[in-house]
Amino acid sequence: MHEGSRRFRFEVSFPMTRLYFFQGGVHPSELKISQDTPIEELKIPDRIVVPLSQHIGAPCEATVAPGDRVRKGDRVGQATGFVSVNVHAPISGVVKSIGIFPHPIGRPLPAVEIESDGEDAWTDKLKPHEKYMDLPPETLKEIIRDMGVVGMGGAAFPTHVKFSPPKERPIDTLIINGAECEPYLTADHRLMLEEPENIIAGSQIAMRILGVDRGIIAIESNKPDAIDKMKGLTEDIPVLEVVALRVRYPQGAEKQLIKTLLNREVPSSGGLPMDVGVIVQNVGTLSAIYKAVRFGIPLIERITTVTGSGVREPKNLRVRIGTPIEVLIEACGGFTSDVGKVIMGGPMMGVSQYSLEVPVVKGTSGIVVQLLSEVEEGSAQPCIRCGSCVRACPARLMPTVLGVFAQLDMFEEAERYDVVECIECGCCDYVCPAKIPLVQLLRYAKAEILTRKKAA
Amino acid sequence: MASLGLGLVARRFGVELDPRVEAVERLLPGINDGGCGYPSCSQFARAVVEREAPVTGCVAGGEATALALAELMGVEAVLGEKKVAVVLCKGGKEESTTKFTYRGVEDCKAAVIISGGDKACPYGCLGLGTCKRVCPFDAVVISENGLSTIDSERCTGCGICVKECPKGIIQLVHIGKRVNILCHSKEKGSEVRKKCKVGCIACEACVRVCPFEAISMEGDLAVLDHERCRVCGLCISRCPTQAIEARDGPFPQVEIIPDKCTGCGICSMVCPVDAIEGEKKEVHVVSEERCIGCSLCIDRCPTEAICMRAPGDSALRLASP
Amino acid sequence: MDDRQLILSSSPHIHSGESTPRIMYSVGVTLIPAMFMGVYLFGFRALVVVLVSVVAGMATEAITQRIMGRKATIADGSAMVTGILLALNLPPTVPWWLVVVGSAIAIVIGKQIYGGLGYNPFNPALVARVILLISFPVQMTTWVKPGPLFSRTIDAVTTATPLGEMKTHLMVKGTLEGFAMGDLWDPFVGNIGGCIGETSVIALLIGAGFLLYRGYITWHIPVTFVGTVFILSGLFWLINPDRYMNPVFHILTGGLMLGAFYMATDMVTSPITNRGMMVFGVGCGVITMIIRLFGGYPEGVSYSILLMNAATPLIDRYTRPTTFGWREVSPR
Repeated sequence: MHEGSRRFRFEVSFPMTRLYFFQGGVHPSELKISQDTPIEELKIPDRIVVPLSQHIGAPCEATVAPGDRVRKGDRVGQATGFVSVNVHAPISGVVKSIGIFPHPIGRPLPAVEIESDGEDAWTDKLKPHEKYMDLPPETLKEIIRDMGVVGMGGAAFPTHVKFSPPKERPIDTLIINGAECEPYLTADHRLMLEEPENIIAGSQIAMRILGVDRGIIAIESNKPDAIDKMKGLTEDIPVLEVVALRVRYPQGAEKQLIKTLLNREVPSSGGLPMDVGVIVQNVGTLSAIYKAVRFGIPLIERITTVTGSGVREPKNLRVRIGTPIEVLIEACGGFTSDVGKVIMGGPMMGVSQYSLEVPVVKGTSGIVVQLLSEVEEGSAQPCIRCGSCVRACPARLMPTVLGVFAQLDMFEEAERYDVVECIECGCCDYVCPAKIPLVQLLRYAKAEILTRKKAA
Repeated sequence: MASLGLGLVARRFGVELDPRVEAVERLLPGINDGGCGYPSCSQFARAVVEREAPVTGCVAGGEATALALAELMGVEAVLGEKKVAVVLCKGGKEESTTKFTYRGVEDCKAAVIISGGDKACPYGCLGLGTCKRVCPFDAVVISENGLSTIDSERCTGCGICVKECPKGIIQLVHIGKRVNILCHSKEKGSEVRKKCKVGCIACEACVRVCPFEAISMEGDLAVLDHERCRVCGLCISRCPTQAIEARDGPFPQVEIIPDKCTGCGICSMVCPVDAIEGEKKEVHVVSEERCIGCSLCIDRCPTEAICMRAPGDSALRLASP
Repeated sequence: MDDRQLILSSSPHIHSGESTPRIMYSVGVTLIPAMFMGVYLFGFRALVVVLVSVVAGMATEAITQRIMGRKATIADGSAMVTGILLALNLPPTVPWWLVVVGSAIAIVIGKQIYGGLGYNPFNPALVARVILLISFPVQMTTWVKPGPLFSRTIDAVTTATPLGEMKTHLMVKGTLEGFAMGDLWDPFVGNIGGCIGETSVIALLIGAGFLLYRGYITWHIPVTFVGTVFILSGLFWLINPDRYMNPVFHILTGGLMLGAFYMATDMVTSPITNRGMMVFGVGCGVITMIIRLFGGYPEGVSYSILLMNAATPLIDRYTRPTTFGWREVSPR
């Protein structure tokens, strides 16, 4: 597992195009132990907690009251403002309460608690569209917004906003992100194997909305079956091409993906992929788009990988949003032994949780359970200036220097050294031989800078 | 040649400086703590000379500096009472529970990024020492129990820790106001009880006992109005979770002026600790052992025969429950 | 009040497994070929020098940290590495007390006074070597002829290093004519006079190969350092082969390989950016050649590295990598 080797093999399907790499990155053990486990439908729980804030942007306002009967797909939370989406009831039942509940972000937040009536009955308010490709782009976007679709790769950015770049930012390419570069996670992999048609249909909808005629499906080369599947299905679709990427974390990060595929760098200081004419969407999101447009089904479920040495049977579960994670863990045979950490997300960027009551939210791609013996012990040693972090940083920063600035509260200098460009991928921390908590220090510096900017 | 050049340059590019600025600067502590509102001591010095900043502006220098500056500038120094910082939490590892085991940077501001810190109570002191790190006067002590306390001798009231504490639980109070409610939790009493043995559970016992109506409830938290507080300490003995504490310091007491006393006995009746004795129409006497200096008697004496006495020993005497 | 709570920390939650002790001990292992050759060529006294240096270094560090009230860190292996590297930079004939003094100097003046591991600006082993060189010039420049182990006579024959011989020849004769460099195989294997670890190029390269493979050092410094020496010495040799030796001679002698692969690449004192490392290497090469060709000393690797160590923070500042997607708006 050494990081010394800089040479990699990769398969490319672009005939005459050279592929560029992003610099930096690391290659942890892939540990895709659940990659051959087909998606399993999780039995709906008795109780579901739907947080009103599951996305970047303004939280929803509850549109139901305790005692209301709701059916699967009914709206329970109204979007507030443009950068916001609705939330819906994932099961049928009765609204038990609207209150403050544990949330994966780390502090309790408002949510709608629903008690199941066991029937799992659909609402009758669904609006399917058979001829969805005839709909104008604006209508398609509205549907996406109403159906609560957000980025399901983890960031949970409202999709309709992503699909609304200003006119000064013309888009020429849609990148369909099937990279799934985090160790352990296999949700997207299984989705590509088991529901590829949904993904492709969703991509076509997206490309219609954006008015682009080039879609690249990017998959890391450790998923050869998915690559073959997607290639097979896109053979007759000239606007879609499948590209296999070398396995390197964080290949699936937007900016790095665009760099590798198109050799374009998203500008710093608040730049977005649209600044270089690209929109990136996760495969799960595209599948949700298709379901929303074609069948009028809101975003009420997702595939979540429950894995790690801490669970008996790692699985890829189809779960309803709002299911407490203890239900998922139970469905995977429970804990194996002394549990150290329960991480929501992948091991590189996931958020460790203190309560098993937290619900699955729209961006929950995985739950990794680490045993006590796997959790890093030991305190930070002095920096030996080995430069590993500098070489590993995909944003081409100097994490050790920024770490020192953070420790000394030198925020102006940290800003000058571009700490705000840090994508918090964790590569620096991962390679540091002195075990310095670089990501935490950089997050601290970024938070301070933001606070000071707001105060000014 | 070089010295000639230097001299010419100094003459040509030299900056005129009022010599008093240097004199003022020499009287300042020189640590650039910013408590005066200026980024550096030299800038404060300049402001003083230009009559833009008061001579009492240097908090860290305190009374001594203010008086010295006043003398230098030829003005009067209007002295206020020194303020000190107090950490409004006494729930350490012994007394309070945690939500999880924290691993990471040993600093409160960095730890707060991780789900608000490991303490179950969201308003509790994390004890990782951000205040200690930023204090220019080394006035903060982090105990083995994981609590931050501030030494009022060393504290100059500069206010840096108040700003930096990520939980916002440090408050500046006048040094004479030695009673403090050491809890800042806005949670319901039942919640607080689960998370901390010494938190405010909103029982309102302190509110009821205070003879000066200095304590009021802000939601589920008892809050002390320092303007009204007479540092009598009655609330301390009533609090069931011992959330209220008093800092060490000289405590006041009262004494009866014999010439003015008419022996009406009102003082004896109002005294909450039965510290005044005397026969009717005879001069009453205040018991030194029992008097807690609440000064209720002073308020009620019709002949103004009672006054505050000079400070006694250091510990605040508590009214026995 | 814990009872089996979950652990929370910032991401990431996995680690590569790399650690400071692992790096240090690995470096130690890669020096085994060089140490072995040193003993083979110069006898068991070379082993004694190495052992004394390591033990004295670790003892000094433990004592110093105790006196300064710091945590004891000798288990991290850095004192051991400093000890080995210092020993490899000493002539095999040095008295044991000089080794002890040198090792102590390396740890105290080279490292601990700056705050310990990671804070020193100068390579500790070289600091010690240079101080010893200045303080005990005779002992530090007395060399012996190497000979295979078990075949030497009791009294070792003193000799000079190849560079030393060359400079003497030049001074005496005014020209290099008649100076026989001898078989190139000698300096490659190590069959020349010199410090314990600097003579055997092949042993050093074997060790360095492993360091490169593991990614503990990168090619940037050694290649630019050796390359610069090669190019500069080559230039001068082409201009006047009567006064200047050929470049192959220069890169195989004078402890250049030891310096380029082990001393200049010391993580703490060299730049952290790739471009910076190349600037560092070139700088070392230039200064080494200036000293060798125009300076009073026959050999300049140690001094050049120390001088470039001083420039490392500056180099780091000016070779900052360009941030991903950087554009004018970002304040620099």
